[in-house]
Amino acid sequence: MNAPQDAQYDADLHGWYGGAGSFGGRFMPEALIAALDELEVAWQKAMVDPSFLQEFEGLLQNYAGVPSMLYEAHRLSEHAGARILLKREDLNHTGAHKIRNVLGQALLTKRMGKTRVIAETGAGQHGVASATAAAYLGLDCTVYMGEVDTERQALNVARMQLLGAEVVPVTSGSRTLKDAINEALRDWVASVDHTAYLFGTAAGPHPFPSLVLSFVRSIGDEARRQCLDLTGRLPDAIAACVGGGSNAIGLFAGFLDDPEVAIYGFEAGGDGVDTGRHAATIFAGSIGVLHGARTFVLQDEDGQTVESHSISAGLDYPGVGPQHAALSASGRASYLPVTDAAAMDAMALLARTEGIIPAIESAHAIAGALEVAKERPGETILVNLSGRGDKDMGTALEYFGLGTAGERA
Amino acid sequence: MSTTVGVAYDKARAEGRAALVGYLPAGFPSVDGSIAALHAMVDAGCDIIEIGLPYSDPVMDGPTIQAAAQQALDAGIRTTDVLRVVEAVASTGVPTLVMTYWNPIERFGVDRFAQGLYDAGGAGLITPDLTPDFAPEWIAAADARDLDKVFLVAPSSTDERIALTTAACRGFVYATAVMGVTGARETSSDLAGPLVARTRSAIEASAPGLPIGVGLGVSNGAQAAEVASYADGVIVGSAFVRALLDHPGDLDGARKALVALTEDLARGVRS
Repeated sequence: MNAPQDAQYDADLHGWYGGAGSFGGRFMPEALIAALDELEVAWQKAMVDPSFLQEFEGLLQNYAGVPSMLYEAHRLSEHAGARILLKREDLNHTGAHKIRNVLGQALLTKRMGKTRVIAETGAGQHGVASATAAAYLGLDCTVYMGEVDTERQALNVARMQLLGAEVVPVTSGSRTLKDAINEALRDWVASVDHTAYLFGTAAGPHPFPSLVLSFVRSIGDEARRQCLDLTGRLPDAIAACVGGGSNAIGLFAGFLDDPEVAIYGFEAGGDGVDTGRHAATIFAGSIGVLHGARTFVLQDEDGQTVESHSISAGLDYPGVGPQHAALSASGRASYLPVTDAAAMDAMALLARTEGIIPAIESAHAIAGALEVAKERPGETILVNLSGRGDKDMGTALEYFGLGTAGERA
Repeated sequence: MSTTVGVAYDKARAEGRAALVGYLPAGFPSVDGSIAALHAMVDAGCDIIEIGLPYSDPVMDGPTIQAAAQQALDAGIRTTDVLRVVEAVASTGVPTLVMTYWNPIERFGVDRFAQGLYDAGGAGLITPDLTPDFAPEWIAAADARDLDKVFLVAPSSTDERIALTTAACRGFVYATAVMGVTGARETSSDLAGPLVARTRSAIEASAPGLPIGVGLGVSNGAQAAEVASYADGVIVGSAFVRALLDHPGDLDGARKALVALTEDLARGVRS
């Protein structure tokens, strides 16, 4: 919860990362500007209010199970030929790093006197986390979810409903995460006086990228400390998967000021970047404006958003947080694609070598780390295991042909 | 040569009435179909035309306009097609604006689009997701060609934001009557009157003479008459789109519905 250490990587007053006019900003309807300003002021006050910070940290520790452990994956390391450390965000309450962001934003909602939260969700992890925080704090909760995603993540729909949230299937556009964000924004324009929008990733209009980062940056701060305790030195490289990019920016933030630590973000390569069916926004996209920020976008010649593809609903997004765009442009971090097939192989490998079933999102980071290990044999690679795979068992069952006793994948 | 919407507002003012601003997305039901529909609206009494540039992620639009824009996108509408529609409508002499989300303009090239719009005879842009504080490139491109810059104010806007916005507008300022997305509404808004009053006082200080158009939710002559009692322009979008959606494949029926709606609204702004 420390203040950012190096202004070089922070947004300016207008939400620009990497210089005015470059990445970020606030491209939003005027109707929402007052709400974004109100949120920004409330957040800035909260972040210097010891009672807010104490409540947030207490909630993380006593409710969410944070700090998550840093785990040395011996058998995976043997397989990879490098020393692999896993930041176990999969062990957090609700099964992913998302709970950190959501508890921060929900506490802020209470503080602002609003009684209802809305959220968008892709894989359902942010929706489940939002519904959880809303239940804990007694807030009404509506979650927008693309119709396609409600089908591939039916278990998470049920979880949200059990937690008391209303789940609205979104049938417009490509019926996935980007359309769920559109629909949540439409709700917010009409409900802004009593409703807070719990944005699920470090993207969107200013102040969301900076605000979300402030609630998830503890991932990196903890990992840095834990790595020093465990190994006596910093890792040689760190890795995370990148959809919108909240787990990644949370991890990266702890190491931006350590130039000797290489930073890798792994995007969803889908069927392969050259097939056009992927979600590798930074690697294969171009600069545009989507959901309120200038960043890398998958778009056609006319600036129409192109549908993204990934086996992982949580990475299936044609935009990315503006800070990742800036880190890529400056060369501080490298962003590379991982195909569906490589991610599913990594999911199975982690399960067999460590007894840990990762979320398919996080399996992209594992697969990427295996590639990094080839270039950095014997070095230490710290990977953010951002979520657990329970929610993905339907996909795994189908992909590997599991579920019939007597057979093995 | 482009004609500013100011000309149409001046004419309406001289006649002691509000101007009628009609919207349709380009390419709906087809590129040529949208030109024919917009010509019908001009003939029946629209003073100003707004042409929507269909976009994949229209966060300010309700289901009606979303459906029309999606239909245009599915049929393969391109940004250059939108400029062709502008040219065909502007050639009638009625001031013609493009209403567009920002990314397609940025992708086309801000200066290139401004020049294309100017060459087509377009009056300027309405930008629902671009506020003046994030619009330096568009403002420069528009000012270089005397194009209209229509930004929006909302019931939630602070007085400071209204002053900033009206000072940056050319042509008119678009006041959104409700907190919500586009779409016809049964009852008129009680937020529009106070917003127009606040906007009026900001204009007196920072942009004398700038007209105020009110949009979102107006769908019939009675509502138009009510809005016309306090605003300089009445903006109607979803109701026109609805008239077309209700007559799929029936060009004659659609045209009759558009003309009847325009005439009803035109009577409204004159009552």
